[in-house]
Amino acid sequence: MTLTAETSRTARPWRERLLSGGSWTVLALLVLILAVIVVINPSFAEPMSLMAFAKKTAPLVVLAVGQYFVIVSGEFDLSVGSLVGAQVVIAARLMDGDEALTWPVLGLMLVFGLLVGLVNGLVTTLLRVPSFITTLGMMLVLFGAIRLWTGGAPTGALSESFRVLGRKGFPDVPGQFQVPYALLVALVVVGLAVVLMRRPFGRSLVAAGDNAVAVAYSGASVWWLRTRAFLLSSFLATVAAVLIGGFAGVTAQVGQGLEFMAITAVVLGGVALGGGRGTVIAAMVGALTLEALFTLFNQLALPSTVRPAVQGVILIAAVAYAARRRRT
Amino acid sequence: MHLLLDNYQKIPRLVDMRADDDAHAPSPDPVLRLRGVGKDFFGTSVLREIDLDLYPGQVHALVGENGAGKSTLMKVIAGVHRPETGTVELDGAPVSFPTPLDAQHAGVATVFQEFNLLPDRSVAENVYLGREPLRRGTVDRRRLHADTTRLLDDLGLTGITPWTRVGSLSVAQQQVVEIVKAVSYDARIISMDEPTAALADQEVALLYELVRRLRDRGVAILYVSHRLQEIYDLADTITVLKDGNHMLTAPAGEVSPDRLVSTMVGRDFAGFFPDRPADLVPGEVRLALAGSGNTMVDGIDLEVRAGEIVALAGLQGSGRTEIAHGVFGIAPFTRGRMTVDGQPVQVRTPRQGVRHRLALVTEDRKSEGLALGQTVLANARLVLDAVLPRASDRRARAVPGVLTSLDVAASTVAAARDAEVQYLSGGNQQKVVLAKWLVTEPRVIVLDEPTRGIDVGAKRAVYDLMRTLTADGAAVLLISSELPEVVAMADRILVVRDGRIAGELPGGSDETAVMALATGAA
Amino acid sequence: MTRRYHLGSTEIVYLALAGILLVAGVLVAVRGGNLFAQQNVSYMLTQTSLLGFVAIGQTLVVLCRSLDLSVGYVVALCSLVGATTMAGDPSRVWLGVVAALAVAAGVGLVNGLVISGLRVNPFIATLGTGLIIKGFLDTRFKGPEGEVPFGFQTFGYTRIGPVPVSTVVMLLVAAAVFVLLTRTRPGYHMFAVGGNLDVARLSGVRTGRVLVLAHVLCSLCAGVAGLLIAARFGTGNALVYSYGLDLDSIAAVVLGGTLLFGGRGSVVGTVGGVAILAVLDTAFNVLDVNPFFKDVLRGVIIIAAVALYARRQLDPASRRARFTTGGGDAA
Repeated sequence: MTLTAETSRTARPWRERLLSGGSWTVLALLVLILAVIVVINPSFAEPMSLMAFAKKTAPLVVLAVGQYFVIVSGEFDLSVGSLVGAQVVIAARLMDGDEALTWPVLGLMLVFGLLVGLVNGLVTTLLRVPSFITTLGMMLVLFGAIRLWTGGAPTGALSESFRVLGRKGFPDVPGQFQVPYALLVALVVVGLAVVLMRRPFGRSLVAAGDNAVAVAYSGASVWWLRTRAFLLSSFLATVAAVLIGGFAGVTAQVGQGLEFMAITAVVLGGVALGGGRGTVIAAMVGALTLEALFTLFNQLALPSTVRPAVQGVILIAAVAYAARRRRT
Repeated sequence: MHLLLDNYQKIPRLVDMRADDDAHAPSPDPVLRLRGVGKDFFGTSVLREIDLDLYPGQVHALVGENGAGKSTLMKVIAGVHRPETGTVELDGAPVSFPTPLDAQHAGVATVFQEFNLLPDRSVAENVYLGREPLRRGTVDRRRLHADTTRLLDDLGLTGITPWTRVGSLSVAQQQVVEIVKAVSYDARIISMDEPTAALADQEVALLYELVRRLRDRGVAILYVSHRLQEIYDLADTITVLKDGNHMLTAPAGEVSPDRLVSTMVGRDFAGFFPDRPADLVPGEVRLALAGSGNTMVDGIDLEVRAGEIVALAGLQGSGRTEIAHGVFGIAPFTRGRMTVDGQPVQVRTPRQGVRHRLALVTEDRKSEGLALGQTVLANARLVLDAVLPRASDRRARAVPGVLTSLDVAASTVAAARDAEVQYLSGGNQQKVVLAKWLVTEPRVIVLDEPTRGIDVGAKRAVYDLMRTLTADGAAVLLISSELPEVVAMADRILVVRDGRIAGELPGGSDETAVMALATGAA
Repeated sequence: MTRRYHLGSTEIVYLALAGILLVAGVLVAVRGGNLFAQQNVSYMLTQTSLLGFVAIGQTLVVLCRSLDLSVGYVVALCSLVGATTMAGDPSRVWLGVVAALAVAAGVGLVNGLVISGLRVNPFIATLGTGLIIKGFLDTRFKGPEGEVPFGFQTFGYTRIGPVPVSTVVMLLVAAAVFVLLTRTRPGYHMFAVGGNLDVARLSGVRTGRVLVLAHVLCSLCAGVAGLLIAARFGTGNALVYSYGLDLDSIAAVVLGGTLLFGGRGSVVGTVGGVAILAVLDTAFNVLDVNPFFKDVLRGVIIIAAVALYARRQLDPASRRARFTTGGGDAA
């Protein structure tokens, strides 16, 4: 009957794959950028530089995976940046360098992160507030509340053991090659996310982003599916906060703009806004590509202030490209 | 056969407004003339060789079953579709409208079933949207209101003011505003697609009045309706379509209701439907409703037994789908009692419905049944994933077998893991929807228009499935507008009209009897 | 179905404004202050003008079911363009004004074309242009730059009684937009585009143009706000974008009763929404509330406002009810 139309999807020529705007396109872009960096600065290809790159990129990968869950279900989470900032500030103030408090504070951060995700999810799904408003509001609330609590400037310090994940690696010998723990964390997060997306929950989540009505009529509780996506996003923002706090320490600016970075990464990976399309791996590749691009700008000695402009161009271009594809 | 005619004579007319033959003698030249119009969708012809003449000052009824091609024909006239063959002439000159807007400006207006109004704007702002009168660069609100008032007065519509917000009007009044908008384009031809479908009985009179006034003003009206009473109340001429073919055009006075119904229905389906198994005796009651109702339906009593197929027949909008939605918890019943296998149950969400092993194959598979961008397999296990995640992997192994049993080609089954559902044919898409429910092994399965828009082979597969399900002891509630299907497949037929069950007929009843109950002609 | 009388959104906004004025006035009085002292009223009105310009523009795009998250950056950009073009020279004031507004219009044009032409989600499109402008600002300007001649600074400081000139100008702009929305075709068509794009198109409305126009006007309003900033500071300043004008303007628009999904709303309501935010701001200042608490409150207010309006939305299906539900709880 319509056999040709039904089989053509699986056997597309490689050219079409590369240009289709999906994960293959961004993977090709990543390889290209890395190649250019290596041409400009051959030492980038050395294992230690690559590991440094991985360590720096890991938090964004973790955040992008969190944002992926939310975007693929058809929503946005703009609160992750200020959540990262809030978590780092909370950790520093509560533990104030006391090793003994590391684990209790980590537990508290976990509870706080999940609470933020729960509020985001329930306000969006049950009160029917568009998620970008909900999470923008949450961003403001977290931003203000944390400064209200600390009196404007972060106080205290992170314990050494808290900072291990973000700072150290294996084997822990200074000046030697090491695999950063942050890379391991990112790999575990990506691995678990890939597995989760192959579970019933993951499939239902993507389907809900594709057609929420059909999924609801199939017996799913769409509000709880989406709320869980927000919970995952906030949980992973907490993980990213641990990595970033360890890597960079406590500052007033920590976390700023990370939500837009994460969204840019996910969109760059070809994950469709509005949900229903895209993979965890694509989101990860998007994050890597974005960081690689920034590394390239460093190599070219461009000021870091052009980063937002590049992000803006990428966002618009990636979404316009996807829109063009869907129209034809 | 005479029964229907006799009954028809007894119907109290709301308003008698058939054209007086002398006063409205057809003028010699039609304002719109269609000759040999044909339209294909993806190689399937949905209209063949249609001739149609619309005369000024006449109401021309277009009737036929669902899928007969009425809507397509209307859309050809409205400039939504372009015909593959044939000609459309306006005042004797061939025309082709690139967009509906061009048709509108040429005086050919269409009032579709979906409302095309802005609820937050006033009547006047809606009517003159895009053509607001200007005075020195600004909108001349006085003239806007005056023009609208004049239009409303001309049509005798006293209950509506130009500055009323459309969203605060009743459904019937909104329908009227749509027609007023069409008239404001100086439309000489107005097509109306089942304008009374969403109206309550008392509201219909308003619409009748409007149609009569338009006709008196010399407008040619193409009127699509399922309700026999309306057709005989309003139409001067009747055209019947069946399966995309032009069956009949005649003055309304010369076509008896039973001839009309028999021209619309009745097809040579001998051998197409699987036989009713002679030895199957319905078992215990699987699903029972007693006095169930909500805002859309009321006083629903029904029973479906194991091994039984019960059909809900009726016109679109009569409340059939709402009964299904009530059973399945999409729009739960707020009154009455529901039992499944003798146990009283409360189904307030589809999730609870699935838990009670109910299944609902929805009317619109694209917007309600499938996540089109996902794979065949993902869709087939949608319900398992949503409701039975722990057992999902194990039970999803049945998917290829179920698809194969539904006559899905081996290559498609093999590609289930990769192929997105949106690239499948309509028939195969429907089979995926069926598969997603079959893997849950439902005890009661509600099928809402299960054969709409699918090819003959897929239809046969659906019918065979219904027989298999009942043989295995499931109960089937079939909702369908296809009368041959209802009559041939169902053991009992419940006819729904205006949100209530109007009557019950045995399986194998005459199609005209079903139609008569559904249209209120009996 | 019984039909109840519903208060219009605009009435509710001004009732809320009156209520908040009353409560805030009492609270301040209890602490021994006077919310309605001249300096407080002036502060309040000054607060309204800056946000007012931006929110009036935002109203237009939100009515069209669009959104502009780049307004904060446009304000900053235009303050710099205006101030650097004027360069302290009184004769170049008009040049500076024209340059700033031209730049603003350009950004609006790009926003509108990207959204209507390339079909990019407005949220992403304006976020993108905003980030691009931010990148430009951060790279090109290190601190305050340019100099505004004294003559133009009067736009920022002069008062007529307690009323700042800038507030008067803001109200004039609001009046102009009011006329646009209620007396002109483009205004009518904005409601149509936001209400239902297909209906608008089928009625012959050139939807793309309407959307572009709304975005150009929105950016122009932000441009005026930028000039006001320049007049107040005497220089242009890039850091203005961190004031949160984008979110505040959306909050004001939503508080003012304009539907976030377009098609319904009014500029009068927006002015009321701006006034509510300004009253709160002034009261907090007078009461010496921690400024960070205002951020928390802003976030809560915007979510609560949208949630409340989401509840007020009629369910279209309920209009078609055939039977009333049992138990008398009519929908």
